[in-house]
Formats: sequence, C-alpha cells, structure tokens
Amino acid sequence: MIGTLPIPYPFESAEAQRALVACLAVGVFAPMIGAFLVQKRLSLVGDGIAHVAFAGVGAGLLVGVWPVWTALVFAMIGAIGVEMLRLKRKAAGDLALALFFYVGIAMGAVFASRAGDLELETLPYLFGDPYAVTWTGVATVGALGVIVVVSMRLAGRALFAVVTDEDWSRVAGLPVGVLSMALAALTAGVIVAGMRIVGILLIAAMMVLPVASAQLVSRSFRGTLRLAVAIGAVSSLLGLTIARPLDLAPGGSIVFVAAALFAAVALAKRTAPRALQQEAH
Amino acid sequence: MGAEPTAHTQASLPDEEEALLRALDLSFDYGHGSVLRDVALTVRAGEFVALVGPNGSGKSTLLKVLLGALPPGSGRVELLGRVPGDVRDRWRVGYVPQRPSLLSEVPATVEEIVSAGRLRQRGWWRGLTGSDREAVHHAIESVGLGTLAGRPLNELSIGQQQRAFIARAFAGEPALLVLDEPIAGVDAESQRRFRDSLVHLIRAHGAGVLLVSHELAAVADVIDRVVVLKERVVFDGSPEELAARGVSLGVHREDLPLWLEDLG
Repeated sequence: MIGTLPIPYPFESAEAQRALVACLAVGVFAPMIGAFLVQKRLSLVGDGIAHVAFAGVGAGLLVGVWPVWTALVFAMIGAIGVEMLRLKRKAAGDLALALFFYVGIAMGAVFASRAGDLELETLPYLFGDPYAVTWTGVATVGALGVIVVVSMRLAGRALFAVVTDEDWSRVAGLPVGVLSMALAALTAGVIVAGMRIVGILLIAAMMVLPVASAQLVSRSFRGTLRLAVAIGAVSSLLGLTIARPLDLAPGGSIVFVAAALFAAVALAKRTAPRALQQEAH
Repeated sequence: MGAEPTAHTQASLPDEEEALLRALDLSFDYGHGSVLRDVALTVRAGEFVALVGPNGSGKSTLLKVLLGALPPGSGRVELLGRVPGDVRDRWRVGYVPQRPSLLSEVPATVEEIVSAGRLRQRGWWRGLTGSDREAVHHAIESVGLGTLAGRPLNELSIGQQQRAFIARAFAGEPALLVLDEPIAGVDAESQRRFRDSLVHLIRAHGAGVLLVSHELAAVADVIDRVVVLKERVVFDGSPEELAARGVSLGVHREDLPLWLEDLG
C-alpha cells in the first residue's frame, strides 16, 4: 500500500488518486496503440474487440472466474481472429469486425443473464469504475504499460511500415503476420486493462479520439503519436477532475473531454489564418 | 549470393551467378483460363529490363509470382538464386508498388516513409544507426526530395509521392529493383529525376532493374531489353530490335499498348 499524497480535491483520497493514475495510464497507452490502428484504417477494431471482451466478462460471471481473465482470453482470440480473417482476405476488415462485434455482445448478454443479474453485474464493465480500482489493478495497468512501451521501442518502426503499406512490407520481407498479430494482442491487452477503468463501451474511444485530434495538427507520424499521448493524458486528467464535483460518470467525462478537444482543434484549424499554417511548415 | 544450389536450382541455365531474377516455363491460372503461359524472363546484374504488355496481359500476375506473393502454377522462379519463399536476404530486392492507395491516414513524413527501406538490413527490431540515416538521406537526395524530407507525404504532388516510394526502395541499396507502373501520370520533372536515379543505381551500384510500365519514353535510351508480355512472352530484345519490328518506344509513346497488340 502506498500512502495518500497531499493533492487537493477532487484527488485528495487514496481511491481518487488510484483512479487518477489508472485513468492517466489509459490516456497514455490507448492512443499509443490507437495511432497504428488509425493508420491501418481499422479505427473501429478496438470497439469490435471490446465487444468480444464483453462476451468474456459474461463467461467469467457464468463460470465464476474473475471476469478480467476470461475477458482477456476472449479479447485475444477475437483480436487475432479478426486479424486472421483480414490477412487471409476471407472477409473485408469491416465485415470481419462486424461478425465478431455482434456475436460478442450477444454472447456476453446471454452468458451474463444466465449468471444472474445482467445489469448489476455487467454495468461496472460496460461503463467502468475507476474509483473501484485497487493497487493491484494499478500495478496490472502499469505492467501492461511497460509491455506496450517496450513493444513500441522494438517494433514501432516495423509496425509503422506494416500499417502504412502492407503489400510493400510483405515484399520487403518484414514479418507482416507476426507484427499484425502482435498489434492485435496489444490492442486486446489495452482494452481489457482499460475495461474496468473507462468501460468496455468507451475504451476504444480513447484509442482513436486523441489520435484524431493529434493528426489534425501534427506533420509526422512520430509527432502524431507523441501529441496523441499528451492529449490522451490531458483528457483523462480534465475528465476525472470535472467528473466528481459534477457527479458524472468518469469514463464518459474523459471521452467527452477527448471529443471536445477534437472539436476545438478542428475548429481552431479551420479558423486559423492560412499564413499561420504555412509558417508551421 | 553464396546460396547452395538446391534441388530446384540444379538444372541450371547459363549465367547462374549473374541472374538476379529468372523465370522459366512459368504458367499460372486463377482457375478460369490461363493468365501466363510458358513465360521465360531473366534480369541480370547491371541490366535494365522493361516489361510491357496490353492491359490484362498478365503483367501484375507475373510480378506477384516473381516476388513470391503467388505460387507459380507450373515452371520455376528464382529470385536471387532461390525459390522466392526461401530468399533470406529479401532486403536486396527493392520494390516500388503501383501507386499505392496509400494516402496516409495519419501524417507521415518523406523521411519516415523512406526510413522503412532500411528496416531489414540488420533486423527490424533494431534502431537506425548513423549509416542507416546516411543511406536514407542519400536516397531522398537522389530522387530530388532533399528539401522536402520533413514534409508530410499528403502535402506532396503525386509525382513527388511516387519519388518518395522510389527512395524507400533505394534506401535499402537493392541488388534488384522491381517497379510496378511507377511513373503513370507523373510530371516531366519527376520522370527525369526517376530516369537519372535508375541510371545511377545501375551504373554505380551494378543493380538490375525490372520496370513494368507503359510510359517508357523517359527511359527509352537506357533500357537494355524490352520484354513484351501477352500471356506469353511475344518479344524479348533490345529497343532497337523492337523498333525493327515496327514499335518505337519514343514515336509510339502515346499508345504503346495499342502498338504492341500487333506483335507476336
């Protein structure tokens, strides 16, 4: 256990500080993976995998296993399944996604309703509850963060090549299959880690929205990645700050802030004088 | 190349060491009529070979088979002396795809795109070293994009974008460069740059080049051999020999495929 740090309201309590750490981690790591998904034109894949994770939650509730484990297993299988369908061109990316998406949510609903109270049991997973995150939960998110950062250091450049130009990468001899599967596995990991924090229905938004904002102003992939991470962290901080005094759902508030930042950036870009944009070159 | 002769490379043709790419008796079909029949094609080191043919003549399919993206129906392919799937030093094959549908969703600079061309030299998980960066800058300079290296690709003209993809292939310092319709619709300045950089690659580095294109006027004077494909190879010889058959790369530049219809 770590003591409570002297931070003012709304982060004065230990649980609020744990919530802050957990939400900041989501804000940082989700867009890091998300940038590659957006570049791959699979912005919605996170949502699809999240729905499969929901089936895992239902299965966990049904058989009495900690739902995070079953969600992780389901999400991994779903993520790799979507990728395999796409790579073998058995189905277009979005169709493969739709299949997993609907079957996932249906399985989750059926399993959870068999297990007992559908709403009560599944709500914390669907919408998240950062104030319920334990230190173990924070440590888990931290460990995942280390995996994400190390993976990016090792494979970030090659992943960039693969998501930018898959056919070329194959001819160039890059292990396209392995790298695609690794990205899918990382996506599943981030979704399951973020599931209890901002919720199954909203975690994928944190992979995409900060990237969408960053790519409006950034001029390189690396720059987009860094800016997206910063925007993600700011969204988490602001969202959580307004959530408690206004008694709002934290996950929803964070995503709402991320969306508002996108709107602000888009508007600023439209209204900024062209001369200013040229100067930024 | 240092490759041990394997079972499929045993029955060898002349110039084994020099041939970077070789197809022999190659046939292919997608299940409804043949696309390639008994195709023979060789690209040696220091050689500039142009592959032309009317639309639907099987050029794209042939490239896919040559690069190992499709298995040959029958016959043999040797890429750097091996079956394409067994080629270890794949980075020695540079590839410029047909103008990719690659309008980057996320901004990516010329330098970022070209750097990908160095990934395979020492292993994709390693960072770029000083010599990698040098090769990247050299490649960008050689296609005349030096001042635009830090610019995002989607702010460049089509011709400049295509030059960036050519630079990506150059960055790997390939022994064999395969280009699929790289200059279709590209401006004259880009075409001239393109020609100069290919000449540099062939003369200074001894690379072999296989260019698939309808627009050969810009490179007509440096092409060693023209291969005309119409399901099978109907012509394989120098531009002069092709001219003797009534088709000139310069004079008939506007509708080369049409003129090629009458060959073979």
